[in-house]
Amino acid sequence: MDFNLTQEQTQLSDTLRRWTEKEYDFETRREIIASHEGVSQKAWSGLADLGLMALPVPEALDGFGASGPDMFVVMQALGKGLVIEPYLATVCGIEYLKHDADKFTDLLQKAATGEVRFACALGEAQSRFNRADVAMTAKADGAGYILNGRKTVVIHGAQADHLIVSARTANGTRERDGISLFVVPANADGVSRSDYRTIDGMRAADIDFANVRVSDDALIGAAGEAWPLIDAVSDYARALICAEAVGIMQAVYETTLEYLKARRQFEQPIGAFQALQHRMAEMFVEVEQARSMAMLAASIAGSNNPEKRRHTVSAAMIRVGQAANRVGEEAIQLHGGIGMTNEMQVAHHFKRLTAFGAIYGDIDHHIARFTQQPGFRKIG
Amino acid sequence: MNLEYDADDLAFRAKVRSFIEENLPCDVQAKILNHKRLNRQDYKTWHQILHKQGWIAPAWPVEYGGAAWSPVQRHIWEEETTRAGAPNIISFGVNMIGPVLMEFGNEAQKKYYLPRILSCEDWWCQGYSEPGAGSDLASLKTAAKRVQDADGHHFIVNGQKTWTTLAQHADMIFCLVRTDNSGRKQQGISFLLIDMKTPGITVRPIITLDEDHEVNEVFFDNVKVPAENLVGEEHMGWTYAKYLLSHERSNVAEVGRSKRELRFLKKLAMSYTSDGKPLLDDPLFARKVAILEAELMALEITNLRVVSADDGKSEPGPEVSMLKIVGTEVQQRLTELMVQAVGPYGLPFDTDFLEGGREHAVTGHDDAAPLTASYLNFRKASIYGGSNEVQKNIINRMILGL
Repeated sequence: MDFNLTQEQTQLSDTLRRWTEKEYDFETRREIIASHEGVSQKAWSGLADLGLMALPVPEALDGFGASGPDMFVVMQALGKGLVIEPYLATVCGIEYLKHDADKFTDLLQKAATGEVRFACALGEAQSRFNRADVAMTAKADGAGYILNGRKTVVIHGAQADHLIVSARTANGTRERDGISLFVVPANADGVSRSDYRTIDGMRAADIDFANVRVSDDALIGAAGEAWPLIDAVSDYARALICAEAVGIMQAVYETTLEYLKARRQFEQPIGAFQALQHRMAEMFVEVEQARSMAMLAASIAGSNNPEKRRHTVSAAMIRVGQAANRVGEEAIQLHGGIGMTNEMQVAHHFKRLTAFGAIYGDIDHHIARFTQQPGFRKIG
Repeated sequence: MNLEYDADDLAFRAKVRSFIEENLPCDVQAKILNHKRLNRQDYKTWHQILHKQGWIAPAWPVEYGGAAWSPVQRHIWEEETTRAGAPNIISFGVNMIGPVLMEFGNEAQKKYYLPRILSCEDWWCQGYSEPGAGSDLASLKTAAKRVQDADGHHFIVNGQKTWTTLAQHADMIFCLVRTDNSGRKQQGISFLLIDMKTPGITVRPIITLDEDHEVNEVFFDNVKVPAENLVGEEHMGWTYAKYLLSHERSNVAEVGRSKRELRFLKKLAMSYTSDGKPLLDDPLFARKVAILEAELMALEITNLRVVSADDGKSEPGPEVSMLKIVGTEVQQRLTELMVQAVGPYGLPFDTDFLEGGREHAVTGHDDAAPLTASYLNFRKASIYGGSNEVQKNIINRMILGL
C-alpha cells in the first residue's frame, strides 16, 4: 500500500502546474471563453506536446497506457488550473475506441498526437442521467446504418472532430439491450450542431442527426451490446471528474485560507473569528475526505469487476459531490462580497464545482445506483 | 499510488485473523457483537491472552516487550480485532502511560511499571479532567505539595478528578497535579503516578444517561504519594501530557468498529420491516445508509493515508483531529440509524439483559434491546478526547496559524 505519487507522476503534476500558470492564466482563459471557438488550439497543442492526449492511448498505438492514478494526477492539475479544453471528452472517446482498438487504430493514433478531438453524444432531452434511456435510432441499411435523433448538452460537441454516438438498434427506449455505439465524423451529412456556453466556462452542443448514413466501420463493438461499455466508460469519466474536483477544491481551500489571513475587519484578520475558523476546519475535512474517495475511484476505475467498480465509483460520486457543493458554497461565503464577483478565480472554481454531477449523475442518482448494487446488501 | 495491501500485509492479516478466531473467548465476543456490557474480567481475560502471545502492545519497541508492528500492521490488527468482536484494549496503560514512561520515566519506573502494564497486573486510569478543567485542561486545580517526613520525600495531593473512565476497576492512576501557581497555568503542572489503594482516595460512580457505570469522580484527601512516583521533572507535567495526547493517534478513527457496526445496521434493516418490506428496501432509509457508508469508505482511506505516513517521529498534523471528528460523527450516526431501524423496539430498556443477568431481552428482540442505550452512550464520542469543537480549533491552529 502506497499513497505517494511515483516520480513520474510528481513530474507530470509539476509540469502541468507550471504549464497552467504560464500558458493558461486567468486572463488567457477569459479570452478563450469569450472567443468564437470557445477552446484554444494553442492550448490544445501545448497539452498534446506534454503528452496528455497520448496518456490514455495503449502503448501499442503510440500511447503511454496510463493508469487510473496517472489520470488522477492529470485531472487534479487541470482542475486546479481551470482548463476548459475538450480533454475529458477526448479521453472518454479514446476509452470507447480502445474497446475496439484493432478497428480504430488510425483514429487512436491520431488522438494520441492531438490531431483529433472527440465528444461523447450520449444524453438526450428525456434521459437525464440514465445512459440507457436512448430514443435515437440506428436502422440497419445495407452495409451500414442510418441514424436519426437528437443528442443534448453534449460537452464540447461542437469542438469535436468525431462524435461517439449511442443509438438504438433494438428494443424499447430504456432497455439496456439493443444500444449500439457509433463513431460519426462531426461534418457528416445530416449532422447539425448548435453550440452554447455552459455555466463553468465550457461549451456544449445540442446535435441533430437527420438520416445520417454511416458504414459498418463506424460501429464500436457488437451491435446492440454497447451498454456494459457505456457503463464502464461512464465510471471511468466519473473517476476523472472526481479527481478534477479534488484539484479544484484544493485550490479553493488554499485561496480561502489565504483570504482569511489577509482580510481584516474589526482590526483583526477575519480568520481570528472562531465562527469562520470552524467553517474552515470543516472545509479542510471535506477536501481530505473527497481526496480519499477520488483516490479510491481512480484506483478502481479500470477494474474488470463491474460490481466493485460501480459500488466504489458511485460512493465516490456521492462523497465528492457533497464536498464539491459544500466547499464551493463555503468558499464564497467565507470570501464575503468579493466572492460574488466574476473577477475572482474562486468564483470560477465554484462554478466548475457546481457542474460536478450535471452530466455523470448527481448525488441522488448515485445514491440510488449505490443502493441497487448487490454489495450494498452484502454483510459477510 | 497503490491502494492494495501487499502480500506481506495479507499474510499478516491471515495470521492474526486465525489467532483471533482460535483465542477470542466466545462469551466476550457475543457481548461485544450484541452491544452488551463488559465486566472487568472480560477485559482482563483478553488482555492476558494477548500478553501471552506477545501482542498486547503492538506499537511498543521489542526491548520493552512490544510487538513493534508497523503502522499498517497495527491498522490491520485493529481492523481484525474489531471485525471479530474483541474488546478494545484499555488504552490508559498500553497506549498512554506506557509510552510516556518510555520517553520520560526513569529506569526504575520503566523496569517496575512497564511489565505490569503488559501483564495487566496494574489496571491504569487517567486523572486529567476536573470539574473546572474540561476542554481547558490546563486550568486544573488538584494540588500536590512536596513534603519531607520520617519516611522520606512525598507529595500530599488534594483535589478532585472527574470523568475518570473505569476508575472503579483501576489499580493505578496517572494524574496531572498542580505543584506551582506562580506562572502561566500550563507551567507548574506535574505528572504523578498514584496507587488507587492509597488512603484518602475515594471513587464515586457517575451514572450516565444510559444508566451505565463507566465514569467516576475521584477525590483526593491528603493523599500521600512517594516522591519517586513523579514522572520526569517537577512542574513539567504539561509537556508530558501534550506528548501523550499527540502520540495517542492510534485508532482515533475507529474504522474497524464502524465497519462492524455498519454490517449490524444492515442486518437490522434487512430483518425489521416496514409496510411488509425490509427497511433496507425503503429508499428513504437506504439513502441514509448509503451516505453513511460512503463517508465510512472515505474515512477508511483517509485513515490509511495518515497511518501509512506515520513514521513514528514527526508530530501529527491536523489529520489526526480530522480523524477524530469524522470517526466520532460516523460512530454516532451509526447508533442513530440503528435506533431508527428498530422503530418501537428502541423503547424497551432492559438493563438486566444488558448486564448479562438474563439471556434474552424481555421483548424477545435481543438485537434491538441495547441500541438506544448505545445511542445515548455514544453522545460522549464527540465530547471526550478533546471535544470536536476543540479539534476544529486545533486544525485551525495548524492550517491558519493565527
